[in-house]
Amino acid sequence: MELIGVWVAAFLTLCIYSFLYRDNPFYRFAEHLFLGVSVGYGIVLSIHDGLIPFAWNPFWKAVTEREPAGLLKLIPIVIGLMFFARLVPKHAWIIRYPFAILIGVGSGLAIPNVMDASIFRQLHGTLEPFTQIHAGKLGPFEIFGVILMFVGVVATLTYFFFSVEHRGVVGGISKIGIVFLMVGFGSAFGNTVMGRVSLLIQRVDFLVNDWIGRTIQLLPF
Amino acid sequence: MLERLMNIDRRIIFILVALAVIIPTFLKVSFPITVSDPTRQIYNYIEDLPPKSTVLIAFNYGPSSLAELEPMAAAVLRHCFKKELRVIGMTLFADGATLGDEVIKDIADETGAENGNDYVYLGYRPGRIQVLLGLGSSIESVFESDYAKKPLPEIPMMADVKNYDQIDLVLDLASSASPTWWITYTNTRYNQQIAAGVTGVMVSELYPYLQTKQLVGLMPGLLGAAEYEKLISTPEKGTAGMSVQSFVHLLIVALVIFGNIAFFIRRRKEQ
Repeated sequence: MELIGVWVAAFLTLCIYSFLYRDNPFYRFAEHLFLGVSVGYGIVLSIHDGLIPFAWNPFWKAVTEREPAGLLKLIPIVIGLMFFARLVPKHAWIIRYPFAILIGVGSGLAIPNVMDASIFRQLHGTLEPFTQIHAGKLGPFEIFGVILMFVGVVATLTYFFFSVEHRGVVGGISKIGIVFLMVGFGSAFGNTVMGRVSLLIQRVDFLVNDWIGRTIQLLPF
Repeated sequence: MLERLMNIDRRIIFILVALAVIIPTFLKVSFPITVSDPTRQIYNYIEDLPPKSTVLIAFNYGPSSLAELEPMAAAVLRHCFKKELRVIGMTLFADGATLGDEVIKDIADETGAENGNDYVYLGYRPGRIQVLLGLGSSIESVFESDYAKKPLPEIPMMADVKNYDQIDLVLDLASSASPTWWITYTNTRYNQQIAAGVTGVMVSELYPYLQTKQLVGLMPGLLGAAEYEKLISTPEKGTAGMSVQSFVHLLIVALVIFGNIAFFIRRRKEQ
């Protein structure tokens, strides 16, 4: 029975890889099947692990066991249901309210944390090593790294500073910024290649060992 | 000749890449692996934890990135169970629910770890950011039961694990932006130690968080898995994969050099 699953997986893998030759019905079949299964699986899991335990069960418990506090769950349930107003054009305006709540809560949660995590701490991380240089805690190679990082941050930010024309000193610094950006893109590209090749290796390993290998083991000769 | 090579059918390159993967897979060739500092930092952090410390592993990946992240998950789980650490598994992505369950069960069977005492798998909850914030106040408010629907209060391991205060490390095995969510909401707000194991595509954008110590450590793709396998002296899929990968990298480097040389020769001829 397990081998049937392996054969189905192998068939679908080959269907997907057939796209490397050219677009074809086998590829389309596998692509649509994957999308359908993923979406269906996601919806079912969201209903079972989200909607039922967090909305339906507490609400139903409140109704059947007459717990007024449980009825508070009605508030988020109603707000959630308001999203479906979009399906009725006459009442589509109602969707503005859940969106407003969502954006308000989301922004309130995100702004202070993102500012702290991605700006203040990064700024601190860029400047703090200079205090270590001043205290004589870093070796020559580390000092070079700290200065390189600082130059990279300033030059890259200058490249994205469009309020001043990029000529003269600003133009020179922004060109250095381009060099840092290119190094960053090169690193990202190298890592992307590594990631994509890893996927191919895993599939080849599956086809060679799990599919062909296990099928050969079952042959009578 | 040069013109013909420059306009080579891309399918020939696909075949070359396929051969560079298939041939070493059969030959079982292995290359030495050097462990990088970001991976070693995760290993050292886990190694220094006393027995019965709690590590939360988030299996935030789907089948499309299984190849890179599952070997990583297996290696870290082996290390945790060997060190007698308690592991809590969970995911913020529906796709990851069964994948996390499978790998944690496989490694637990292999190492003799017991469900409920040494590990618990909580599964999936929708909401992502709300889930991360909810875990900070009470794990039970987000996961009232584990993946097998056993209520949390009935699980011995969870008796003294209520929120992030009792969790020593969060390891996010991610194929999307989830490490930045953990950093932004869990590290910043709750001062929780975070480590990440990510796909190769994402690793560059996370290095700044490593430098500021917002991340304890960082494992880059299949290489990270191979490095961790070397650290725990258990070569598995990561090590085997990286050996094959080295051949493909050589081919790609050769193709990039060849493409550039051909480009400059053609440009000079045109001038």
